Amino acid sequence: MSDLLAARSQMAMSLAFHIVFAVVGMGMPLLMALSEWRWLRGGDELDLLLAKRWAKGTAVFFAVGAVSGTVLSFELGLLWPKFMSWAGAIIGMPFSLEGFAFFTEAIFLGIYLYGWDRVAPKAHLAAGVLVAVSGATSGMFVVFANAWMNTPTGFLLVNGQPADIRPMAAMFNPSAWPQSIHMLLAGYAATGFVVAGIHAYALLGDQRNRFHQRALQLALMVGGIGAVLQPLSGDFLGKSLARHQPVKLAATEGQFDTESHAPIRIGGWPDVERGRTRYAIEIPGLLSYLSYGDTAAPVQGLNDFSRNLWPPVVPVHVSFQIMIALGTLMAFIALWAAWRQWRSPSIADSRAFLWAVTASAPAGFIAIEAGWCVTELGRQPWIIQGVMRTADALTPMPGLIVPFLAITLLYLVLAIIVVMLLARQVRESPGGSQPQPRGGGVLH
Amino acid sequence: MPSLELLLGGVMLVSLTFYALLAGADYGGGVWDLLARGPRAKAQRELIAKAIGPIWEANHVWLILVVVVLFTAFPPAYALISTSLHVALLLLLLGIVLRGSAFIFRTYDATAAPGRWGRVFALASLFTPVLLGVVVGAISSGSIHSPSERVALAYFFTWVAPFPVAVGLFAVVLFALLAAVYLMLETDDAALQNDFRRRAIACEAGAALMALVVFLLSQHDAPAIRERLANSWWTWPLQAATAFAALGTLGALWARRFRWARICAAGQVTLILWGWALAQYPYLVRPELTIHNSAAPEATLLALLWALAAGVVVLLPSYWYLFHVFKGSTQKAPIRHG
Repeated sequence: MSDLLAARSQMAMSLAFHIVFAVVGMGMPLLMALSEWRWLRGGDELDLLLAKRWAKGTAVFFAVGAVSGTVLSFELGLLWPKFMSWAGAIIGMPFSLEGFAFFTEAIFLGIYLYGWDRVAPKAHLAAGVLVAVSGATSGMFVVFANAWMNTPTGFLLVNGQPADIRPMAAMFNPSAWPQSIHMLLAGYAATGFVVAGIHAYALLGDQRNRFHQRALQLALMVGGIGAVLQPLSGDFLGKSLARHQPVKLAATEGQFDTESHAPIRIGGWPDVERGRTRYAIEIPGLLSYLSYGDTAAPVQGLNDFSRNLWPPVVPVHVSFQIMIALGTLMAFIALWAAWRQWRSPSIADSRAFLWAVTASAPAGFIAIEAGWCVTELGRQPWIIQGVMRTADALTPMPGLIVPFLAITLLYLVLAIIVVMLLARQVRESPGGSQPQPRGGGVLH
Repeated sequence: MPSLELLLGGVMLVSLTFYALLAGADYGGGVWDLLARGPRAKAQRELIAKAIGPIWEANHVWLILVVVVLFTAFPPAYALISTSLHVALLLLLLGIVLRGSAFIFRTYDATAAPGRWGRVFALASLFTPVLLGVVVGAISSGSIHSPSERVALAYFFTWVAPFPVAVGLFAVVLFALLAAVYLMLETDDAALQNDFRRRAIACEAGAALMALVVFLLSQHDAPAIRERLANSWWTWPLQAATAFAALGTLGALWARRFRWARICAAGQVTLILWGWALAQYPYLVRPELTIHNSAAPEATLLALLWALAAGVVVLLPSYWYLFHVFKGSTQKAPIRHG
C-alpha cells in the first residue's frame, strides 16, 4: 500500500466513522428535545421517559463524536500538511466558528444530561433545544469548509500561492449552502430512520407498547420530513455540480460523451475502457433538464476532460446510485408513514409497515456514506478542486500504513462497543403498555 | 495597539490556559482515579466522576480552539508541528479518544465488569497529558524540523528526549495538583477532603521537583528558551510570583482554606504557562517560525478576531451558566425530581 493510499484510506475511514456520530449527535438532540417538549405540554410521563432514553443515546454518540472530531482536526495536518499550510488561512473561518458551536453544544449537553434536577423544567428544555441548534450549526460550518474544497473561492491564485484572501467569500462559496442543506436533511433523515427502525423492531414483538409507538411516531416525523425534502436539496446540489464541477457530475451520472438530451441513468456500470455506461435504465433528456432546466441542453461528458483529471468513475457512479436508491426508498416509506398516520389510529397497526421501517433502519446511514464517497472521490485527483492535487498535499512521513491501521483498529473496537451498548439499551427498553419512569437523574 | 498576530497569539495562550486549568484538572481527576487507594477508594472515584461528568466535554473544546486558531492564523506553524511531531500527536490522539470514550462507556455501561472502562479511562488520563507536555516540550526545544530523510525513525527523534518527557511529567503533576485542589471543594466529607489534601501537598512537592528537573535539562535540550528564562528582566518577578503562588497553595492547604488553595494553584499553573509563553515569544517553533513570519494575511487575522469576539459573546455566558449550575455549591438543593 502506498503512503498516499494509506493516508487517503485513513482520512476516509476517519470521516466515515465520525460522520455517523456527528449525524446522530445532530439528530438525536432534536428528538429528545421534541419529546421533552411534548412532556412539558401534555404531562404524559411516557414522553419524559422517552426523552431520557434518547438522551442516553445522545450522550454516548456525542462523546465519541467529540473525540473522533478532535482526531480529524489533527489529521488534516498529520496527513495533509501542505494543504493546511496553503489553505488554513482561507478556510479557517468556518472551522473557528464551528469551534464555538461545538462549545455551546458540549456545554448545554452537559446541562441537559446532568441537570434534570438542577435547573427549572423550561431551562432544561431550552438546553436541549440549544444542543440541537448548535449541533446543526456546527455540522453546517464543517460542511462549508468541505464545500470550499469543491468550489474554492475567496482568493486569487498568484504564482501558485493564494493572494487577496477574503475569508467570508471563501466560507460562503458556491457549494456551501447546497452541500450543507443536503447534509443537514440527510442527518435528520438518517437519525430518524435508524431510531424508528429500532423502535419498529421492538414493536414487532410487542405491538401494543405505547412507549415504542410514541417513539416510532416522533422518529418517523423527523426522519420522514428530512427524507421527503431531501430530493429537493439534492436537485439544488446537482445544479450546483453542473455549474461548478462538471467532471464530478459526469462521473456520478456515468456520462462519457458530451450530448444534448442527456439521460438520467438508473443503475448501470460504467465501462471506462469502452467509454460508455452499460446496463442502465435511461430516461432521455432528464439529466439535461435537471441540470439546466431544458431537456435539450448539452451536458458535458468525461471525454471532454483529460483522462488524468477523471475521478474514479465506477465507485463514484455506483455510490451515487446507492444513495439515490436508498433516498428514494426512505422518501416512499415516509409517505407511507404519513398515509398511515392519516388513515389509522395507530401507525403501528400494520406489521408490513413495521417490517419495512425495521428493514430500512440503516438506509440513511448507508446513503450518507455513499454520498460522501461521491463528494470526496468525485473531487479526485484534487484536494482543492483545480488548485492542488491530493498527492501534492501529502505529509513526507513514511510508513503511513501504521497510523492507518492503528486508527482503524481503534475505531473498529469503539464501533463494536457502541453497538453492544446500544443493543443492551434496546433490550432493556420498557415492556408492557404502561411503563413507569425510573425517576431521578439520567444515570442509573 | 498590539499587532493582530500578537493578539491571536494571546488568544491561543488564553485558550491553552483555560485548557490547562479546566481540562487539565479533568485529566488530573483520571490520575486520581488510577491512584485511588485505601478505605475510601470507591468514594474517591465517585467524587471524581461526579465532578468531571457534566463539564469535561466543554473543557475539551479549548484544545480544539487552540488548534483551529493555530491553523487559521499561523498555517505554516501548524503544518510544521503536525509533520515533525506526527508520531507524538498520533499517540496523543489515541489517548484523547480512549479517555473520552472510556469515560462515557463507564458512565452508561452499568453491567460491565466493575473497573473495566474505569481502568482504560484512568490510564488514558495519565498518558494523554504526558504526551501533551511532550509536544509542548518538543516545540520549545528548538530541535523540531521536518526530517529531511524519509526514514520513519527520524519522526521519533523529534520528541523522544529527556527534556520533552520531563515537561510531560511536569504537566501531569500540575494537572493532578489542580484536580486534588479542586476536588476538595466538591465534597463536604472531611475524610475525602483530607485524602485529596494529602495528595495536593505531595503534588506541590512533585511540581517543585519537576520544575527543577525541567530547568536543568533545558540547559542542554532547550538552550534558547533557557537563555530567555535566565536573562530576561521579567524572569525574576515572574519566578518569584510563581513561587509565591506555590507557597500560597501550600499555606492554604495547611490552613484548610480550600478556596484560597484553588486560586493559588490555578495562579501557579497560569504563571508557569505564561512564563513559558514569554520565553517562547516571538517564536511559535524555534528557530524559524515566529508569530510574525508565519502569520496569515491580515484579512484572515482580522476576520478571525471578529469571529472569536462574536464567539466569546456566546461562549462566556454559557460557560458561566454551566459552572453556576454544577459548581455553584456542593449543597445545591434539587429543584425537582423528573
